[in-house]
Parts: sequence; C-alpha cells; structure tokens
Amino acid sequence: MDYVIALAGNPNSGKTTLFNELTGSKQHVGNWPGVTVDKKEGVYKKDKNIKILDLPGTYSLSPYSAEEIIARDYIVKNKPDVVINIVDGTNIERNLYLTLQIAETKIPMVVAMNMMDEVESQGDKIDCEKLKNILGVPVIPIVARNGKGLDKLMAEAVKVAKDKPLGKKLEVFDENISNAVNAISELLIESNNDSSSVKAISTEAQWKAIKLVENDEIVSSTLSDNKRAAVEKIVREAEKNADGDTEAKIADLRYQFITKTVNTAVKKSKKGYVETKSDKIDKILTNRFLALPIFAIIMYLMFAITFSENFLLIEGLPSPGVWLAGLAEGLWGSFADVVDGLIANASPVVYSLIMDGVIEGLGAIIGFIPLVWVLYLLISFLEDCGYMARIAFVMDRIFRRFGLSGRSFIPLLMGFGCGVPAVMATRTLDSEKDRTITTIITAFMPCGAKLPIFAMFVSTFFAGNNKTLVTYSLYMLSIVVAIVVSLILNKFVYKSATSNFVMELPRYRVPTIKSIAIHGWEKVKGFAVKAGTVIFISTILIWLLSNFNINSFNGVNAANNEDGVIMAEMDDSFLASVGNAVAPVFKPLGFGEWRPTVGVATGWIAKEMVVVTLAQLYDDDVSPEYLEGYFSQYNQEELEELGFEDGQYDEEAAFDIYTEGILWEGEDENALSTMKDDIKTKAAAYSYMVFNLLCMPCFAAVGATKRELKSWKLTGAAVGTQMLTAYIVAFVVYTVGSLIA
Amino acid sequence: MTLKDLKPGQEGTVISIGDKGPMRRRIMDMGVTPGTVIKVIKVAPLGDPIEVNIRGYELSLRKDEAENIEIKM
Repeated sequence: MDYVIALAGNPNSGKTTLFNELTGSKQHVGNWPGVTVDKKEGVYKKDKNIKILDLPGTYSLSPYSAEEIIARDYIVKNKPDVVINIVDGTNIERNLYLTLQIAETKIPMVVAMNMMDEVESQGDKIDCEKLKNILGVPVIPIVARNGKGLDKLMAEAVKVAKDKPLGKKLEVFDENISNAVNAISELLIESNNDSSSVKAISTEAQWKAIKLVENDEIVSSTLSDNKRAAVEKIVREAEKNADGDTEAKIADLRYQFITKTVNTAVKKSKKGYVETKSDKIDKILTNRFLALPIFAIIMYLMFAITFSENFLLIEGLPSPGVWLAGLAEGLWGSFADVVDGLIANASPVVYSLIMDGVIEGLGAIIGFIPLVWVLYLLISFLEDCGYMARIAFVMDRIFRRFGLSGRSFIPLLMGFGCGVPAVMATRTLDSEKDRTITTIITAFMPCGAKLPIFAMFVSTFFAGNNKTLVTYSLYMLSIVVAIVVSLILNKFVYKSATSNFVMELPRYRVPTIKSIAIHGWEKVKGFAVKAGTVIFISTILIWLLSNFNINSFNGVNAANNEDGVIMAEMDDSFLASVGNAVAPVFKPLGFGEWRPTVGVATGWIAKEMVVVTLAQLYDDDVSPEYLEGYFSQYNQEELEELGFEDGQYDEEAAFDIYTEGILWEGEDENALSTMKDDIKTKAAAYSYMVFNLLCMPCFAAVGATKRELKSWKLTGAAVGTQMLTAYIVAFVVYTVGSLIA
Repeated sequence: MTLKDLKPGQEGTVISIGDKGPMRRRIMDMGVTPGTVIKVIKVAPLGDPIEVNIRGYELSLRKDEAENIEIKM
C-alpha cells in the first residue's frame, strides 16, 4: 500500500456515498475492536495502491460516544497519510466544526465540499478558494452522488499525502485559552525530549494540550500523577477567565471562528430561516395529525413486504420477501433432492450427516437470506431518505419511558416476523446501549416460528378455553417482559450511560440505488458468513447429540442393528441423556421431564422444531394407526389440500403432513395424549410455551446477535439474560397458575 | 426564558446552556452556542421532542433538554 486515506465527516454528509463511489463494490466490512461499530475498508478503484478507510460518521471528536472515540483514536494514533474530510455544503457551519477539530490534530487533510449541486440550486455560493486560504488546506467541490469532482479530489489527496504539508496555524482560540494550551504543551514536551522528532512531539503535545483544556478524561488519564496536577492547575486558572467552563468556551470559540469564516466565504441567497422542499415534505410526514397514521402505514408496508403470506390482504399472495424465501428454499430443496439421490447408497452415518446435518444447517441459513436482504433494502431506503430519523422523532416519547430510543421500534416490530433480520436492524440505533438492549429484548418477540408451538399447545391443552385469548396473552406477555427487561438493564447495567435525544433531522433526499444495493449486499454477505458459521456449527452439534449415544462408539449399536448402523434413535441419544440430566432443572417450571427438555433444545435449531421433535418423541401417539384414523375424517379433495398427492392417503407422507401441518396449525385437539403425562396441567403447558417464547432464540438469531454485538462475551451475556428471564417468568407463571387452578 | 417556552414558529437568541457536562457539550457540539439564533419548527405528534432550526439545519431535542437552553426573544 502506498497511501492510506481516511474518510471523516458528519453523519448524513454523504460519506458512505463517497466511499462507495471511490471503492466500487469491493469493500471489506469488519469491526472496530470491542464496539458494535462497523469498520469499512476498501481500495480506490482507480489505483489499487490506495487504501481507503471509512471512519464512523461523527459530529465532533469529543470522547463521548464509541464513534467519536474510534474516529479520533484512528486519526491521532494510526496517523493516516491524509484525511479526506467530507463537508455537506448545504449545512456548512456545523460540518466545519469537525473540520476544525481534525485540523487541530495536524494530520494532512483535504476538505471535500459535497452536495455542491444542491448548494447551487438553492442559489448559494461557496467560495472554495477563500475557504482554502482561511483553513490552509485544499477545498475541493464535489457531488458524491454522481461522482463529479472525485478525480480532482483524489489527485489532491494523493498530492497532500506525498507532500505532507504543515497545516496552517488557525487563530481559533482567545488569549486565555491559547495561553493555557501553550503552557500545557510546553509542560508535556519538557519531559518528553528523549525521542527523535521534535516536530512530531510538538504537534502531538499541542493537540493533547487542547484536549486537556477541554477536560478530556481519556487524555488526562495517560498523564503521570504530578503532571496531571500541574495541568489541572493551569486549566483551573483558565476556567476562571472562561466563565468556569473551558470546554464550553472552546466549543463556542470554534463556532465563532466558523461563523466568521462562513461570512467571508459563503454567499447565501436568503438570510435566516428558509423553508426548503424537504421542510415541506416534513410538514406532512410529521404533521401532528397525519404523522402517526402515515407511520403506521409505512410500518405495515415494511412488515408486509418482508413477511406477509397474504400480501396487500390478497389471500395467498406471498410478499416479495416470502416469495423469495420460498424460492430459495425450493431451490435448496431441489438441490437437497439431487444430493439425496447421489448419496442414497452411502453409509447411514454419512447420509445422515450430509442430509440432516450439513444440508439442514445450510438450509437454515439460506432460508433467511432473502428475508434479510428484502428487509435491509427497505431499512436502507428509510435510513438514506431521512425518514428513519423521523421515526425516532415521532416514537421517542413512548420508547424513552423504557429507556430506549424511538428507533428501537423497527427491530422490535420485525421481531414479530423473524428474529434474524430484526436483530440485524438494530444497526440503525445510535448508541451502544440501545443496540445491546434492543438485541436482547428482540428475542422475546413471538416470531413466526414460535407460532406452531403456541398453536399446538393451545389446542391440545386449552381446548375448552378461548384459544385466541390464550395466544393473545402470550403476545402481550412478550411485550411486557421486553419492557421490564429493558427497564431493569437500564437501571442496573447501563445506569451510567446518559440518554439524550439531541439528534439531527437530515434533509429528505432520494437515495441512490447504488448505495442501497451495496448496503443490502453487505448485510446478506455479513449474515451468510459471520452468522452462518454459528448456525452451521450449532446445527451439526445438535445433530451429533441427537443421533448418537455411547453405544455408537463401542460397537453395541452396530451389533444390535441389523444393518450395522451405529446411530441411535433420538429417545436413546446423547441428547436424551443430557435431557434426562437437565430435566430436574425444569421441575419448578412444571415440565421437568426429558422429552420436553429435548424439545426446548431442538427449538434452538429453529423454534418450529419443538413441535416436530415432540411428535417424534411421543411417537406412540403418532402411530400409523392413529394417523390413518385421524386422516379418515377428510375427503379426497381435502387430503389433496393437506398435501397428499392426488388426494390419496399415503402412510409415508402422513407423518410429515401431520407434524408439519396439523400440529403446526393446532388442528388436532387430541394430539400427543401421552405428552400430558409429562406436562400435566394447563399451568405447566402455559409455562412451557412461555419458556420457549422467551429463552434463547434459534441459532440463526444468536448468530445474527454475535454479528451485531461483535463480541462473544456480550453475546453470551445476552443469551444468559434471555435464559434467566425465561426461567423466572415461566416459574412465576407456573407457580401462580398452579395456585389459581 | 428557555427554549422550551417558545412556540412553533417563534425564534430566539441563545444566551447560555445549562450545566457543565456531556449533555451541554453535546448540545454545543451541534452548534447551539451563545449568540446563535434558534427557531422552533414543530413539536412531535406526541408532544415531545421538539424540532428546531439552527445554523441552517434541523435538530431535534427533548423538552427536558430544551429547558436548559436559556434564550431571549
């Protein structure tokens, strides 16, 4: 690599668009260590020797958010060859605030003055030449959306990277602050004169000195005790002359400098507040009466496009998301059939490993990809066009009470469809705290795959009751639990994190298709690779546990089975042994038997698996005779509808149709009657549903959680919280329920 | 008076901003500094937060936060 260029800029300044334009589609998304912030890197598409790094969008380099700390640490410690600071020309004053702070680091910089087309159409004029003279760095007008000015920008950036010009000293601070900064920087240099380059030391000392006058705790903590005391004395002195707060004074002085600069270099066609087209759109979208209905419609559409089976209320019309998911699953099914044919003669272990382990495991990932993709295209659209910030604006009042921000609404809503895209949607949240809490509570939502559990249990155990009401109560419970857990986490785990809602409401802009497409693709790739690994390994693990036992490996199974198969039935597997060992833990919840316990575990592969597993384990109840009797109530036409070929009853197909059709829909009130020996009461049945509702979500969602939280420790804590919550709530439900009954 | 007292459509000049701390720093970083003209655009449908125009862009903040910003009309 010849040069490393870092992109820095405010959120909504067009930084991502610029990054995409410069790097094309070849980019690498990783993460900054320890935080949930994306780290994007790429190579300049016109010169492979130039590496471009996209710093998180920030308004300043104050040490208050993860994004700000990352951006400034990178600039100060990693010292890129040049920083391209992208400035939104339509919002120049606030954007220049970051520019001044980057200038203070003395890292070579080029300013990219973006959105010049909009500036012109407003009738304003930005004199880049004048700005260059005032700031002492090149200022290049560009339009990132259509690539205008980018060649010139990059040529200038390379030149700056090569020459490394010494930045001009800007007269931003007043005498009081300047004196304090100089005094501190001398103090810092004094004890540091052993290393080589005096110039490097003095620029770094200068920057640190400014930060110290700003009461920066991170920089302050790097000092020795007596030096800190000396620094503090100088700062106290300066504070006396700055109304008691140097930090505020410095912010004020920077803005005063900016106001002066803008007055010289920018000509505005109109003074004061001007109502733009964006303001007019906003008047409707956040209108006092229309805002909530419009919001509800947009949310409904978003949910419907992704998850609806009856799109636009047309019976049987799948939404784009469901249609694509069906397509992907269909293709994967055909592929599985081909593989099935190829390995039909392989040994049973290999066959089962490939079909039930690998194919099933990969299938779980593939089924989710279209949902993630569709949802992400929609979210990117809302984000890029500016509506996402308005959602937060409209919903803040409600979510603030739970210690969250209005943006948490989208992940939680999506949780009713599928936890995987829901967890991935937490990316749009501003703070680390909000992201973590929302990720945890999203798992409590009754996603589509949990519905078969409810349907079967409600119909089997609550036959005489109002079934809708029982199911509805579970929905309500999930919301209440989510709120309570969020409040608890806010109060005890994140008590120091201050919540604020000082947020920019960016202008409405039509997003570019390119940036949305790149966004969606990144998400899908990230999910398939990062989450996919977790899903795949976990699925294989459960496959191993549920298909083998100790006798698989000492020859007993091979001797007993007529064809020498070493695998075991599920009732007899490691999983059953583990289930037996763990079962007593669930005694207080009312279902302390091994079969329900194993059901919980297979539910982690996919929640609907709970039903299938229970049908397999209580197989006395699903005997061929029982099935034949059950299906005899249907005529030929109905049988065909249920999935029997040509409406002919078929013993082989009957089990699958029964477990994945009848049981899922909860249509057999007499289902699995021996299950009632293990789960004896309504309270126990309700407790079982509650536990499956709230406990660890499927591995796919855990994989997505790991991908978003970017840390095993946090992911573990999230899963632990979910398990503990599930246990406590199910315990309370069972105990109270038993008392009432 | 404070920013919270302004009705949509009214504007004022910032005199000072609340107490020292991260909150004040955040507000000032966003350009709300003494002497700046700030105009209230609207109140969110549920009564809070509010939207203001400052330095040519739109910013939203909660009424609790607005209460810390002292202004004169």
